Amino acid sequence: MKIDGARVDYIANLAQLAVTEEEKRELIGQMNSILDYVEQLNRLDTNGIEPTAQVVHTSEQNYNWRADRSRPGFSQEESLGNGPATGSGHFKVPKVISEK
Amino acid sequence: MDLESLTAREIKGLIERGQASAVEICRAFQDRIRERDPEVRAFLHHDNDFALDQAQRIDRMKRAGEPLPELAGLPMAIKDNLLIRGLRCTCGSRNLENFVAPYNATVIDRLASAGAVFLGKANLDEYAMGSSTENSAFHPTRNPHSRDHVPGGSSGGSAAAVGAHMAAAALGTDTGGSIRQPASFCGVVGMKPTYSRVSRYGLVAFGSSLDQIGPLAHGVEDVARILEVISGKDPLDATSLAVEVPHYAAGLGQSIEGLKIGMPREYRQSGISEPVRTRIEAGLKLFQDLGCHLVEVDLPHTDYAIATYYVIAMAEASSNLARYDGVRYGLRIPGQGDLSGMYRETRDAGFGAEVKRRIMLGTFVLSSGYYDAYYLKAQQVRTLIKRDFEAAFQEVDLLISPTSPTPPFRLGEKTNDPLAMYLSDIFTITANLVGIPGISLPCGRTPEGMPVGIQLLGKHFEEQVVLNAAHAFEQAGGFDP
Repeated sequence: MKIDGARVDYIANLAQLAVTEEEKRELIGQMNSILDYVEQLNRLDTNGIEPTAQVVHTSEQNYNWRADRSRPGFSQEESLGNGPATGSGHFKVPKVISEK
Repeated sequence: MDLESLTAREIKGLIERGQASAVEICRAFQDRIRERDPEVRAFLHHDNDFALDQAQRIDRMKRAGEPLPELAGLPMAIKDNLLIRGLRCTCGSRNLENFVAPYNATVIDRLASAGAVFLGKANLDEYAMGSSTENSAFHPTRNPHSRDHVPGGSSGGSAAAVGAHMAAAALGTDTGGSIRQPASFCGVVGMKPTYSRVSRYGLVAFGSSLDQIGPLAHGVEDVARILEVISGKDPLDATSLAVEVPHYAAGLGQSIEGLKIGMPREYRQSGISEPVRTRIEAGLKLFQDLGCHLVEVDLPHTDYAIATYYVIAMAEASSNLARYDGVRYGLRIPGQGDLSGMYRETRDAGFGAEVKRRIMLGTFVLSSGYYDAYYLKAQQVRTLIKRDFEAAFQEVDLLISPTSPTPPFRLGEKTNDPLAMYLSDIFTITANLVGIPGISLPCGRTPEGMPVGIQLLGKHFEEQVVLNAAHAFEQAGGFDP
């Protein structure tokens, strides 16, 4: 079994997710069953096989670079428009620097 | 007004000849939404005045004697992971419930210039992750042909809106079959173009090496017209390529005699249900009658496709969804007052179970000590799968298969077993791994009356060949063989 409770906590920490005890129990079962299924990839010998990260960008001529010029962007008001907490033209977040 | 038979060409013709105004056509579809959507629930939200404003613009052009654009007055549903300026874009997630798009996706700009009218935003599995639209945080959508069955997913709202004639056409997105499978389940046509054919600027990202935007409609010609409008290089999306866009609709109607169509041998073992097999065999026979050569081909790595796909899609999803931190947009739960607590509480409250599961698995396969064993391995197998298709396309012009191994399943049937849900994607996911274009076409019904879909896959950038074969099939009565 690859995924146990401690591993779930570790991954949840990397992913910045809060996981309840009940979710943890469910995730252990589901993640292990999906990873067991994925395990079949190990039946293939992939020594020396190039990894594919994307599929069609093979020739330089397909790219046309756009000119590196400044363009109008969003106004401050538009940029902040969806902010859950804003003030004085900024996004507000909890205090990041500790007092200690 | 007979909404069932309205194509893009007919709508434009009605307006041009003064037989109907764009506003009248728009209102007729809005009436249909009022009538049908309380049951189907294809839309997450719609803004009637917003749609009527666009229709009025077309009517003003007509009154001024200006030439009408290609898709003038075409009422469309837009999947709710594509941005329309001033409208909410929820992605089917609590996290973006109140997010208002500050700009248009490039596909929206292009469709608006072509005269399309946006009726509303269509339901989807949260962040497009799912095959049934049951993962929407707001409500499931029902199949327009049976309220007990799912419409497929993740573009289930788009497909159901078209299937129930609440929209003449729709846009969906396809990361592993999310246009083609719901098109198949709802009895409509749906196409995923070549990777990089259509700009993704303004599409909320899920799997960046897999995602493509594409059209759904009742007929192949409408799909071709819409695809022609949305395709092509966009300076705002570096992954869109400068490959010439043919006049897809004008290119239809060619004979397909002599076309070589490959049937992958490995797909026989993939649990195709009896009612699907029967309809597909009838479809294959029709292609033969049209003069196509059907040959068997090998795709030896088929068994590994689902595992490969899910490792890559989950890794990319975990990376793309890292942006939802509650700082600049979306939901925020303040938590215990520190930044990390805010991130965690926000993401916990904002994401549903399937999205969390994929973020967890994606984070795991990318984590130190596991990256080579899972993510790199999957990328290497992706190369082997790509080579399978390259070899097959040396022999044939197109590949053919069912779109889904089964007809639409019932609501709730697969929600407790994520793996069973993933396994139903076997015929569609390879097109995303390989980046090739694919279309799903209606191919009759099961004895219970549920739609069956047949899929054609083509070579990179050969959408025209796919569309032309699809059109010939449609004209020969293939949608009901």
